[in-house]
Formats: sequence, C-alpha cells, structure tokens
Amino acid sequence: MFQTFPLWPERASTTAGGVDALFIFLLTLCGLMAIMIFIMILVFAAKYRRSRGREAEQIEGSNALELTWSGVPLVIFMGIFVWGAAIYFKERTPPQDSAEIYTVAKQWMWKFQHMEGQREINELHVPIGRDVKMIMTSQDVIHSFYVPAFRIKQDVLPGRYTVAWFRATKAGRYHLFCAEYCGTSHSGMIGDVVVMQPAQYEQWLSGGPAAPLAQTGKQLFLSLGCSTCHRFDVQGRGPNLMNAYNRPVLLDDGRTITADENYLRESILTPAVKVVSGFKPIMPIFQGIISEEQLNALVAYIKSLNQSPEGTAGTRNTPTGSPTGQPQMMQVQ
Amino acid sequence: MTTDHKRIALLYLLLITFFFFIGGFFALLIRLELLTPAGDLVQADTYNKLFTMHGQVMVFFFLIPAIPAVLGNFLIPIMIGAKDLAFPRINLFSWYLLVIGGLLMMYTILTGGADTGWTFYPPFSTAFAKSQVVTAALAIFVAGFSSILTGLNFIVTIHRMRAPGMTWSRLPLFVWANYATSIIQVLGTPVLAITLMLVALDRLFAFGIFDPQRGGDPLLFQHLFWFYSHPAVYIMILPGMGVVSEVVSCFSRKRIFGYKFMALALIAIAVLGFLVWAHHMFVAGISLYAALVFSLLSYLVAVPSAIKVFNWTATMYKGSISYATPMLYAFGFIGLFTMGGLTGLFLAALGVDVHVTDTYFVIAHFHYIMVGGMVMAYIGGLHFWWPKISGRMYPEAWGKLAALIIFVGFNLTFFPQFVLGYLGMPRRYWQYSPEFQVLNVLSTAGATILAVGYVLPMVYFLWSMRYGKVADENPWGAAGLEWMTASPPPTFNFDETPVVTWEAYDYANLKEVPVEP
Repeated sequence: MFQTFPLWPERASTTAGGVDALFIFLLTLCGLMAIMIFIMILVFAAKYRRSRGREAEQIEGSNALELTWSGVPLVIFMGIFVWGAAIYFKERTPPQDSAEIYTVAKQWMWKFQHMEGQREINELHVPIGRDVKMIMTSQDVIHSFYVPAFRIKQDVLPGRYTVAWFRATKAGRYHLFCAEYCGTSHSGMIGDVVVMQPAQYEQWLSGGPAAPLAQTGKQLFLSLGCSTCHRFDVQGRGPNLMNAYNRPVLLDDGRTITADENYLRESILTPAVKVVSGFKPIMPIFQGIISEEQLNALVAYIKSLNQSPEGTAGTRNTPTGSPTGQPQMMQVQ
Repeated sequence: MTTDHKRIALLYLLLITFFFFIGGFFALLIRLELLTPAGDLVQADTYNKLFTMHGQVMVFFFLIPAIPAVLGNFLIPIMIGAKDLAFPRINLFSWYLLVIGGLLMMYTILTGGADTGWTFYPPFSTAFAKSQVVTAALAIFVAGFSSILTGLNFIVTIHRMRAPGMTWSRLPLFVWANYATSIIQVLGTPVLAITLMLVALDRLFAFGIFDPQRGGDPLLFQHLFWFYSHPAVYIMILPGMGVVSEVVSCFSRKRIFGYKFMALALIAIAVLGFLVWAHHMFVAGISLYAALVFSLLSYLVAVPSAIKVFNWTATMYKGSISYATPMLYAFGFIGLFTMGGLTGLFLAALGVDVHVTDTYFVIAHFHYIMVGGMVMAYIGGLHFWWPKISGRMYPEAWGKLAALIIFVGFNLTFFPQFVLGYLGMPRRYWQYSPEFQVLNVLSTAGATILAVGYVLPMVYFLWSMRYGKVADENPWGAAGLEWMTASPPPTFNFDETPVVTWEAYDYANLKEVPVEP
C-alpha cells in the first residue's frame, strides 16, 4: 500500500537536489512562521478571552513594530529571491556541449529526434551523467515538458523553439507529463523518460539502423534545393551557412541579432521577416511545406556546419566571404 | 426594480449564491472523478468542461462580485453616512449586466460549455477548441462591465459622499479595502475585455493576433490575460481583508492595530499587484531577465500582505475576545490566508516555481487564498452583518458548527493537494498515475465535508429570516455608523445625516457587551 503512496518525488537529476534544498528551506521557514502566528492567535484568543470585569486595553499601534515586521520579512524575501533566481539561472542556461534532442509536441504525444538518428514517441532514452538539451516546439497548441523527477518544466510553443536541459543521475523510468492544458487527452499526453547506464545507452543507440539527424537534414537541404543558393564554394544568392549558427548577423534593417536556433527556424519558414544585410528577399516560404521534424533536421544540419567540415554539403574548403563577416572558428569535437 | 443600494445588494446576494452552488456542483463532480486514477465517471471532454466552467463561474460570477457587490453595496453608503451610492441607477444597471452575463454563462453551460480552462490560452482557445468559447468569453466580457461600474460607483461615492467629519483617516478599513479593490476593477477589467474580444476575433475571423501560424504571438495573450487576472486575485482578496479587519476589531473590542499601515497596505497591494503578472509565466517562454524582475516584484507584494497578518494578530493582544461565529471565520481566514500567502513565497521563488507551477501545488495555493481566505471572509461577513441585513439573528450554535465543518473540510480538501503538487501531479488531469490516489481520495473526502459546511449556513440563514431572534440596531456592540441605525436600516439609512466626531473603531468609548452572545 505505502509503496504506492510516496510523499516525496524521486530525485533523478542534478537540478533536483538544489530545488529540493530550497523547498525544504522554505518549508522550514514558512512552517515556523505559520506556527508562530497560529500560536500567537491561539494564545491571545485563550488568554484574552472575554470575561466580566476585564476590559480591552486600547493600543494605538507602533511604528517601530510596523517597520520591523515590514523590514525583516523584506530582507528574508530578498534572500529567497536570490536563491530561487540562482537555481533558475542554472536551469535556463544549458551547458555548452550538451547532447541535443529535438522534440515535437502535438495533441497528444511527444516525438523525440536524437542526433544519432533514433526517433521515439512518448518514450525518451537518455544516459546517466550527460547534459541533455531539449530543443522543443509544438505542432499545434501550447504543451509543457515536465519531468517531476528532474524538477524541470518548460512550455512548448508552436512557432518557436523553447529549451530545457537536465543531467540525469539515477537509472530508472520516470514520468513525463504534459503540464499545460492542451485539450481532450491532455492527461493522456504522458510518457516515460528512461534513464540508462551509459553502456546500456550505447547499446540502445546502436539498436536501429538510423541516419544521424544532421545527415537527414543534409539530404533535405539538397532535395529541397537549398544548396542552389546557399553555397559553400562561391558566394551564392543566399548567405553561406558555414559557421553561421550562433554568430551575430547584420540584418538589412540595421539590427544585429544572433543566428540562434529560433532565427534559423524562422528564416526557413518565413525568410522575408529578417533578411541578412546584402541579400534580397528571394527565398521561398517553407511554412506549411516541411514538417516540424524536417525543420528540426535542417536546423540540426545547419548547426552541424559549425563543427568539422566533414559531412557538410559539397566542399571541404573553408568558405570565403561569410556573410556574417566573423572570423572562422573551428570547433572540432 | 429598485435603486436602493441595500435592495440591490440583496439582488446580488441571490444571484451569486445561485452561481456559487452551480460552481460548487462542478467542483464536486471534479472531485468525484478524481476519486479513482482512471477517467471513469465522466468523459475526458466533459471533465475539461467541468473545470473550465467551475473556474469561470466561481471567479467571474461569485468571487469577484461577492464581497463588493453584496456586502460593499449594502454597507459602504451606511458606513460613510450616505443615503445611497453616488449613482443608484448605474448600481442597478450593473446588477442587470451581471444578470445578462450570467444568462450568457448559463446559455454556454447548457449548450455544452467551454473547455479551454478559465484561462482561455490560445492557440487552443482560438483555433483548436470545439466548444462554446465565444459565448463564454462574451459572458465574462459583459460581467466585466458590471464589475467596472460597481468599482466606479464606489470610488465616486467614497470620494464625494462621506458624511461631515468622516475623514479619510476615519474610514473603516472595509471601506478602504473596497476602495483599493475598485481601483483595480476600473483599471484592470478593461484589459480583460479587450483580450477576450481579441480571442473572439481570432476564433471567429482568424485575425491571427495570438496565432503563430499567422505571425501572431500566443505569449502576448498570456501577458494581457494575467495583466488583469493577477490583479483580479486582489479584487477577490482585498475586500475579504476589509471584512476581517472589522470582525477582528469588533470581537477583540479594540481599535485595529496600526490603522494607517493597514490602510496603506491595502493600497500598496492594489498598486504592486499590477506589476507582478508575469510570475504566472516563468516556464511559458519569457526571457530569463523578465522572469528575474517579476520574481523580485512578487516578493515586494508579499510585504504588505505580511503587514496585514501581523496587525490582525496584534489587534487581539490584550483584547477582550469573543468566540462568536464571525470571529471563528476571522480566525479561519487569518490561518488559511497565512498558509496561502506563505506558499506564494514558494511559487515566487523561480527555481521552485519551475517544478510546482501547473501542478496541484498551485491549485492548493490559490484555493487557500480564494476559498480559505475570501470565501471564509465572505461567509464570516454575512454572519457579522446578517442582523443588520435581515433584522434577525442567525442561530449561534449552528453558526459555530458550520464554521468548524468548513474549516475541517477545507483543509482536508486542499492540504493534500500541496503534497500532490510537489510529487508532480499536473493540474487539469482527468486521469492520473495510481501513486497519487491516496491523496486524491483524502481531498475528495474533504470536499464532501466542505459541501455540507456550505449548505448549512444557507439553510439556517433562510430559517432565521422567519424564526430568528429579532436583532436590535447593534447586537455586537460594534463601532461603525452601520450599527447606529435600525436593523434593517430605513430606505435612506439615517433619519438625519450623521456628523462624525470620533475615530474608526472607537471601542474605547463604547459600552461593554455581554460576555458571550
């Protein structure tokens, strides 16, 4: 009976300990505060109970007391704020070299695309001890990626990427819940996160014949005709995408933005919104033409161009005349 | 029908009592469905409609009008020594608006209801929901204007109609509380009206304002919605704080401790309440730095709430405390509001909020404020002023019993939900994982007790109208102008306009009252 009656959630990520620590601190602090107030009320109610011959003593108030019980809580609150913000800052900042998993949510399932090519539905396999960055989008309404054992939650929106990350610490099977109401089968939009020992995970990975996600993206890049304009050898009609990811881009309206995942995504679906300076808005719109999964593959491919030149489209030459004008930095992993 | 603020208050009382029991009925069905992990009592779509309609009915047709439109309407003119509100006909008109909104809500419910959650999040509400979203939005749109007009009426009345000598520093805190509430009603509600209209336009004509497929932004909706709906939380709780201040003072026979700070705290909450809306959106996809700012501001609004709790407690110190029914509700309010407020500190802490937002922890938190706080204050206030409203006393023993049942039932219903939330049970789940069942069974058991507790007062209030002991003008020996006129008061409240020469809560100069009522 009590096996199925837990009072504390599993703790299976590096984030969980920190969240629990603050939660326990708050429980203690607020518990003491509440008990203090309740005891005072009960004591006053009993001690000063109405009786004949004793009248209430009129007390106007006390500025000193008011300032004390405004100031002291304020200082404590600021402490809690800083502590909570520190945890959140960590939660919102994925480590640089995280493994990436693309996620597409839809009514009412979770679809995952591993970089190695594995695809899963409502089940997510991850190894212990590796930072995993979830790059998520929705095909329809807002959903929310929630793994209580990891203490992480992030809404998943249509039309953009949102990001969550975790590092699992304990092998097991954990709940994956959709936490943002999304219609009829909201409560059925659940799954399992399977945390595995690294060796077992490698075995699982080698299980199926699958092309890496970036490879799929490369094929799309060719078959959709992207490579006609986005060339790596000479300056094409579109920007050279070699090393484009995560670099500053000067737009034709004078703004400079970072070419992050959301920019790549937007520029594939609705290219005319933010055109790179010096280029014409001639790229066709791919919104409604490619699926979210295909889009993810394309983004993964473009991001892969930041790494070794191997597996890039066409040439092995280091491209010249990058539209970003940034120095070329090779990150070989 | 009538433009007498007291009669209009009674019209409101009938209307919102009806909706309270409609909303309560939905809540009971929700709790019964959650008795077992499987979705077995109702269909998934039905369940989604139940929690949607529970929220919409309770928030817009009960909680928001409850204390201002019933108790405020009845009492504010009397408390400041006026004959009526500044705009008696607008007062009646705002009641009619709530009736029209209510009829639209009933139409929505009877034709299948909406299934968007009371929060109407697009693009689900605009492009995916196959239910009565537009009529539900329209119902709330119309009810909103009722709320705006009531607020406007109160603001003008409190500014312009105070009796000679009734300076701002002599106003009862109940009046201050309704004044602060009115400011939010007038400034906040139009934003909700616009937002709901945009949802309807998106849904009917595919405007695309909130639809990413058309270049719109669903987060824009959340910002607009919470810009009203967070302050709306204070619309619901501030008047309750006003009631509790009156009751604690009366049954401790003491002037409220730190009167000026109490009035200031009410205004501070109303103002700061407008600056914290995005704390509902920490995992929604807002920027890291926006989240930091809204977390910080949320802690600031906690300070005046803390001030209020400390001052109520301090008011009891060296008082002459009676355990009459209204005071029992005030005890309940302070305890439950404290718990609701303290768990708000958990939710404002960014790192913890990520885990517990959109879970039962949030459900428990805001029910401690809304039901544990606001409904306790409302029912407590009804007991306190029942002799004034009806001219009869309610049966004291039954009153105490009902207060106790409500307190026990409430805690049994909602305390387990804090645990459920931290365990990770998401809200709005029709079926759930079996390990959550024990706590859900406790919660459902509590809900049945709570239901009994809510039916009891309705029964004995009705009974007392015929059989209750006739009340004199001041059965509690309370301070305040409302206790210096007949019970129930004559049409124009006072035979002669009173001239106020004393401070609020002048218990030092009032005669002693019987030991126990």
